[in-house]
Amino acid sequence: MPERRFRVWRGDARGGDFADYTVEVDPGMVVLDVLHRIQARQANDLSVRWNCKAGKCGSCSMEINGRPRLACMSRMNQYAPDETVTIQPLKTFPIIKDLVTDVSWNFEQNRRIAPFKPAPRGKDGQYRMMQKDVDRVQEFRKCIECFLCQDVCHVLRERHRKDAFVGPRFLIRLASLEMHPLDTADRIPAIRDEFGSGLCNITRCCTEVCPESIGITDNGIIPLKERVVDRFYDPLRWVARKLFGSGA
Amino acid sequence: MASLSDIQTFEHDVLVIGAGGAGLRAAIESSAQGLSTGVVCKSLLGKAHTVMAEGGLAAALGNVDSRDNWKIHFRDTMRGGKFLNQWRMAELHAKQAPDRVRELEEWGAVFDRTKDGLISQRNFGGHRYPRLAHVGDRTGLEIIRTLQDYGIHRGFQIYMECTALELVLDDGRVAGVVGYWRETGRFVLFKAKAVVLATGGGGRAWRVTSNSWEYSGDGYGIAYEAGADLMDMEFTQFHPTGMVWPPSIRGILVTEGVRGDGGILLNNKRERFMFNYIPPKFAAETADTEEEANRWLKGDKSARRPPELLTRDEVARAITREVNEGRGSPHGGVFLDIASRQPADLIKRKLPSMYHQFKELAEVDITREAMEVGPTLHYFMGGVRVDHDTQMSTVPGLFAAGECAAGLHGANRLGGNSLSDLIVFGRLAGVGAADYVRRLAAAPRAHDEKITAVVRRATEILNRESGTNPFLIQEDLQGVMGRYVGIVRTEGELQAALGELERLKAETARVKAQGTSQYNAGWHQALDLRSLLITSEAVTRAALVRQESRGAHTRTDFPGERDEWLKVNVAVRKAPGGMQTEVLRRPEPPKELAEIAFATIEALEVKHA
Repeated sequence: MPERRFRVWRGDARGGDFADYTVEVDPGMVVLDVLHRIQARQANDLSVRWNCKAGKCGSCSMEINGRPRLACMSRMNQYAPDETVTIQPLKTFPIIKDLVTDVSWNFEQNRRIAPFKPAPRGKDGQYRMMQKDVDRVQEFRKCIECFLCQDVCHVLRERHRKDAFVGPRFLIRLASLEMHPLDTADRIPAIRDEFGSGLCNITRCCTEVCPESIGITDNGIIPLKERVVDRFYDPLRWVARKLFGSGA
Repeated sequence: MASLSDIQTFEHDVLVIGAGGAGLRAAIESSAQGLSTGVVCKSLLGKAHTVMAEGGLAAALGNVDSRDNWKIHFRDTMRGGKFLNQWRMAELHAKQAPDRVRELEEWGAVFDRTKDGLISQRNFGGHRYPRLAHVGDRTGLEIIRTLQDYGIHRGFQIYMECTALELVLDDGRVAGVVGYWRETGRFVLFKAKAVVLATGGGGRAWRVTSNSWEYSGDGYGIAYEAGADLMDMEFTQFHPTGMVWPPSIRGILVTEGVRGDGGILLNNKRERFMFNYIPPKFAAETADTEEEANRWLKGDKSARRPPELLTRDEVARAITREVNEGRGSPHGGVFLDIASRQPADLIKRKLPSMYHQFKELAEVDITREAMEVGPTLHYFMGGVRVDHDTQMSTVPGLFAAGECAAGLHGANRLGGNSLSDLIVFGRLAGVGAADYVRRLAAAPRAHDEKITAVVRRATEILNRESGTNPFLIQEDLQGVMGRYVGIVRTEGELQAALGELERLKAETARVKAQGTSQYNAGWHQALDLRSLLITSEAVTRAALVRQESRGAHTRTDFPGERDEWLKVNVAVRKAPGGMQTEVLRRPEPPKELAEIAFATIEALEVKHA
């Protein structure tokens, strides 16, 4: 089996550095397999989060050769045989240890969002929604909460505005509620004032790293920004929308 | 070692261990009943194993075929379980699943829709009618996110990345749980009057498995050490279709939805071999020609179901036999073909994560080529033995729900019955725990000696000068279980497994974790070994006791179902001399349920004028 070289960041909140490892790589292996092999054979205490190993749970988020990725979906054959693969933790969140970061801020943001508030059921006791009316919401609900979009977002990563901006993940969650055919809550003022929709400058970096290929910017954030504009700067259109539906 | 005064303490009426579908549903219920409730989970919230469930949840809503009703769901579940299910649990499940599904919708879940705008339902193995509410092939994600987003506003506490180690009892009743924070390694005591185990199964004891690292049998280990009975542990489900290539992803699940949506199984001679494996019990309800199976796929309601949709035990055994007799695919599986059966856009719409998973991990385009698949350890039908209505185990105050509990599925689980199990029995466990707590005369006390012993055992692993490598013991165990306790079993192999398990227990007694207690993967792995070994031994001993082949348990030295074994369940418990097995006599089934189970389909269908 060919041997490959890796640099893996080791350390904790107090500091750390890259450690070099040489690992035999079998056909079909992904970066997470490599980390497990290092863990089992060379560094038992190497910290890495993972669960499903199939791109469904969003646990093994990290930066591989500088790109935010899921380690379980990063096949080794996409890197040149003589290339040293560099693996480091998400930059936007505080380090706990090695490749594990403290992402608890994200869970706090989710609690701030007004929960789903359904309309009453129909007379037959059923909810009716047409598939074409839920396609968009289902796209948003594909989100596996890997927080790669949060990691790459300039507002959070470079401008450190966690105080004012909720990040792409939670704008998408807000969009999934706002576009849910049964939901009756109004989150538009909060989207502008509390969640900072205006801070997003639409560079689409979040969309680019999304492992679920959700159209975060074009399908989610931009329509939310439009709703905010309609509400606060075009009250006539807002009234029309309320009266005649979203097509107005 | 830390003194007891350093141990962080929290107090709740009810503590739930596990934050998958069953755990979250139990916590929602307990909290709704006005009790102080906490949830402890090993991972971040929303990452539990439920997130990996693909195909759907079974509930007789009758939205797609109005002939369906709870009785037919009940009948299908009993037949799929080879009549070894607990009758009352199968009844409760079939009756309550539709309300639980509609409740999820009310909490924000967005299922795929029928043309009339109702919750759509898909076909699955062993289910007579299209019955699985679903969201493409990511139904588990939808359920866990719905429960998570609803649950965080219900007032219960969630303790993430915290691992439960052992129960603390007071005079035989539950008094609390000792655990540790994964981040710091600091120990924590949860004082609780009732504990609900919702820890899932123990598939990580096998190498080829669809399960994640979390499935280390924690609930089985915790319940066993506290003196509770485990039951039906011999029934481990091998899902017929896991990925087989490349090696590093061997075992990852390929949803049964592929077959529900028309996929067929082929051997290397391109024969649709499942027609050769239709058991007499299902012959009357299964198509016996390709022509009839094709008519079924086109929606002809008079056509019978294709044999690819037989129950999982039947399909897994058939695939194993094809491979063993030299008719397998290049990498030791068989072919699963949907490319020639459905248009590419439909495949991508109905099975998006299968498309993605094969494309990314195996470089196979499932809209153009067949997949290679083979059996993978997927699910435990057995688990903690519980009261059918309250979900309480044989230890007062200890409850269990979901995969961690035994009873609903008997000898073989139908696909789709797991997700519905979680929400039906998760809720009932919440009700059961709340009732128990309200009836308690005095709060139990958590005694210090027990807590000290748990902490000492855990810290020894770090403090030892040298010792065995926890990851290598785990790999060793996976090899042993794969080799000796696989899809077909014999007495000799099972005895060999017991010998190997003794060796692994001795090695585990000397296990050493390098480094500190801070987020230390090796230490976490070392601490998981005890539950993995208890789980493995329980499966092996129960498999030795049951001298017949039924459902997911196949003994080549005792072929075929035997009537005397239909009358009993096998239980496992801790005894002074080690693990003890007991054969438990099953009560006679209630007459009205037996009538439904043995009725013809036609007698049970909803009639339309």
